[in-house]
Amino acid sequence: MDDSNGNGRDQMLDMFIFESNQLIEQLEEIMLETEKNGELNADNINEIFRIMHTIKGSSAMMAYNNISKMAHSVEDLFFFIRDKKPQNIDISEICDLVLAASDFIKLEVLKVDEGKESDGDEKELEARIKQYLGLISGKDSAPEAAAAAAPAGNAAQSTDEQQIKTSEVPPDDFRYTAKLYFEEGGQMENVRAYTIVRNLIEFTHEAYTYPKDLINTLPELILENGFMIFFATNLEESQLRPIFEEALYLKSYELTKVDSYQKELEKYNLAAGDTTKVNDTDAPKVNPVAKLPDQNANKSSTDPAASKGSKLSLISVNVNKLDNLMNLVGELVISESMVTKNPELKDLQLDNFNKAARQLRKLTDELQDIVMSIRMIPIAGTFQKMQRIVRDMSRKLNKDVEFVTVGDETEVDKNIVDHLSDPLMHLIRNAMDHGVEPEDERVKKGKAPKARITLTAHNTGGDIMISVSDDGSGINKDRIIKKAREAGLLTKPESELSEKEIFSFLLMPGFSTKEKVTEFSGRGVGMDVVKQNIEEVGGSISIKSIEGEGSTFTIVIPLTLAIADAMELSVGNCVYTLPTVSIKESFRAKDEDIIYDNDNNEMIMIRGNIYPIIRLYDLLKIETSVKKLNEGILIMIEGDNKTACIFADKLLGEQQVVVKPLPKYLIHYAVKESGIEGCTILGDGSISLILSAKGIISRII
Amino acid sequence: MSEALSQQLMVQEEDTQQGKFLTFPLGNEVFGIEIKFVTEIIGIQSITYVPNVPVYVRGIINLRGKIIPVIDIRLKFKKPTVEYDDRTCIIVIDLKDTSIGLIVDCVSEVLDISDEDIVPPPSYKTGFQNRFIKGIGKVGSDVKLLLDCEKIITDNEPDTLVSVN
Repeated sequence: MDDSNGNGRDQMLDMFIFESNQLIEQLEEIMLETEKNGELNADNINEIFRIMHTIKGSSAMMAYNNISKMAHSVEDLFFFIRDKKPQNIDISEICDLVLAASDFIKLEVLKVDEGKESDGDEKELEARIKQYLGLISGKDSAPEAAAAAAPAGNAAQSTDEQQIKTSEVPPDDFRYTAKLYFEEGGQMENVRAYTIVRNLIEFTHEAYTYPKDLINTLPELILENGFMIFFATNLEESQLRPIFEEALYLKSYELTKVDSYQKELEKYNLAAGDTTKVNDTDAPKVNPVAKLPDQNANKSSTDPAASKGSKLSLISVNVNKLDNLMNLVGELVISESMVTKNPELKDLQLDNFNKAARQLRKLTDELQDIVMSIRMIPIAGTFQKMQRIVRDMSRKLNKDVEFVTVGDETEVDKNIVDHLSDPLMHLIRNAMDHGVEPEDERVKKGKAPKARITLTAHNTGGDIMISVSDDGSGINKDRIIKKAREAGLLTKPESELSEKEIFSFLLMPGFSTKEKVTEFSGRGVGMDVVKQNIEEVGGSISIKSIEGEGSTFTIVIPLTLAIADAMELSVGNCVYTLPTVSIKESFRAKDEDIIYDNDNNEMIMIRGNIYPIIRLYDLLKIETSVKKLNEGILIMIEGDNKTACIFADKLLGEQQVVVKPLPKYLIHYAVKESGIEGCTILGDGSISLILSAKGIISRII
Repeated sequence: MSEALSQQLMVQEEDTQQGKFLTFPLGNEVFGIEIKFVTEIIGIQSITYVPNVPVYVRGIINLRGKIIPVIDIRLKFKKPTVEYDDRTCIIVIDLKDTSIGLIVDCVSEVLDISDEDIVPPPSYKTGFQNRFIKGIGKVGSDVKLLLDCEKIITDNEPDTLVSVN
């Protein structure tokens, strides 16, 4: 378990951290749901119990006693609730306690993750939980309940310290032998075996394992030979099976009811009273049979498919591998077009080749889709975190806030999700802290006393749009202007500033209209950092606000779009690429449709609507011989809900392109502002710049 | 243990690159770039024009799938341009995760210039753009102007921006 174990330890530690974090996330989700619904249902109680139980087991194994004790005290609490169903539980109190405990565990796991000592002191919170348990069990006044709770507390110590006690095996117990095998690839079979045994011994009166010391047995041995458990319990076989079936990576098990396993014990040198005899006086033993069947029945009836499916079909993969895969597929797409669109093939009649090329194209398309979909994860996880922040802040700031999320199921690239968390957290904090007013003020203003913060995500074509809106006090424009003037940021007369420009001051570094610093602001993350984070993934942020009515911060991020369908067009000697999603149609203009306004700006009338014309060679400053509108081609593009026509020399054809970001060095310059959003490598190895419809349109409208 | 070793290796590697400069002539002067920043030297290739950047940023090139910007050192130092020919080279330098190509007329050689032979540039600003010069190296009777790669990469003079409209 210590450093002598080299690699094994690292792997175990990684697994521990990964699993614990996942469990804690689940736990938080359950608690928030519970709090929202105002009741604890049986499924959730069981689930919390199970999570805490697993954490307790694994952390004790990793020798993080503080985590294990904390988990144990919560487990006790829920054991009592599950068993006795007390009517006097205060949901919000329970949620507070459990969330505090989960925070504690999260923090400790983080410390472990960062290679620090897990040195948090669990005593205070543990005492609070125990006290609460005492409170609800005391009022319940059932003597056995108190008895159940009390030894449970002690048992924490006894199991942690691996104290061995022997107890009488009641004569009516059944005796079983079980032989278990693990699947390959699960890793840490010794630990997994130990976990199964730990889960099992709660319901047994005595248990022996072979190999004796599971933890210190080589995982490979257990994988190869399996391991055995001999135990006595008063449970029926059918009640035991779920305990085994729950275990991860278990390939097969044989559970046999026997009259006596004394012979086997002797054969494997496991004498009664031997040190391996794992036995406990843990709380569940007080009345394990009564509860277990319906717990299991419950579980299997609710979602047998889901639980089974998730065990069989989920694997966790290192993101780096996915990134590599993605890059490779990108390269593959490029080389595919290098081959099939090779200039040397141009004038040849190659029927069979073309057939094969089409097949290849189809396969690479599918491959791409799959690779992309692997990386897509629902944004719900990020939203969940926000829920937690709103909850905590609404307590601390004493603001009653209803948090609404829309579009949780929207799927976003993993990379982008990682970049979203911080900006969203900041926006939510801002909304809670500065946006939403305290209740009395809201009532005074004639608003609903309960404020509302809405977090929305939805797909719009190639982009994902995420907005945080509140119905709070809104942003005072005069204050921004005043501040901007003080900071010397004003570049034009105040009266000429558009709303967009005024709000964009908020996104500048060091700009803050905050008059006081609170616990939740002034953490060093300003709006400029939000903007930066979002720009890193190619997104943009915009602000809308009506004073007195609330504000909306909208983030628009390209969905993932490492690979996109695009149209190639030429202007002069240059080839540009325009994503197909933004193209509405293309056509050759007729002279009589062109209209000029008094500034000589060109417009075109199509089906009764007027659209501005943007000449690309003008915009991009390129020499070309095609300057007459009826010689080139007009392409109607749409972006940001606005439509315009761009003028190019000609269309070259459609192609799939791998979007690459512009080199960092160029970001200093206003390349993006001129409507270029990235670049791509064409089949012949040359580079083509990718035009952004939104960028071009915003240049002129 | 292995960390210490790799550190030692790194120090060694740095040692071998220490004091070595890749030199190239430009007009009447000879410039030098610390070899540790240079990743490769390639011939001139087709450059994709990028709008809205200073004139000396010629565009971007495709270096085996990696897209890097190229700047023309002559334009950067406000010297008269010459036609690119087959002696024209792009020196690819890599610094702080940024790769950039420098277009030069040609490259000459790699020279050892020890620290004591390097003097700092004069502190006053002459007409010559000496803000990109880290030091002046003496090799025999010749002088080489040693470029400050960091300044070249981070310097993004807004004043030389091509004005848009």
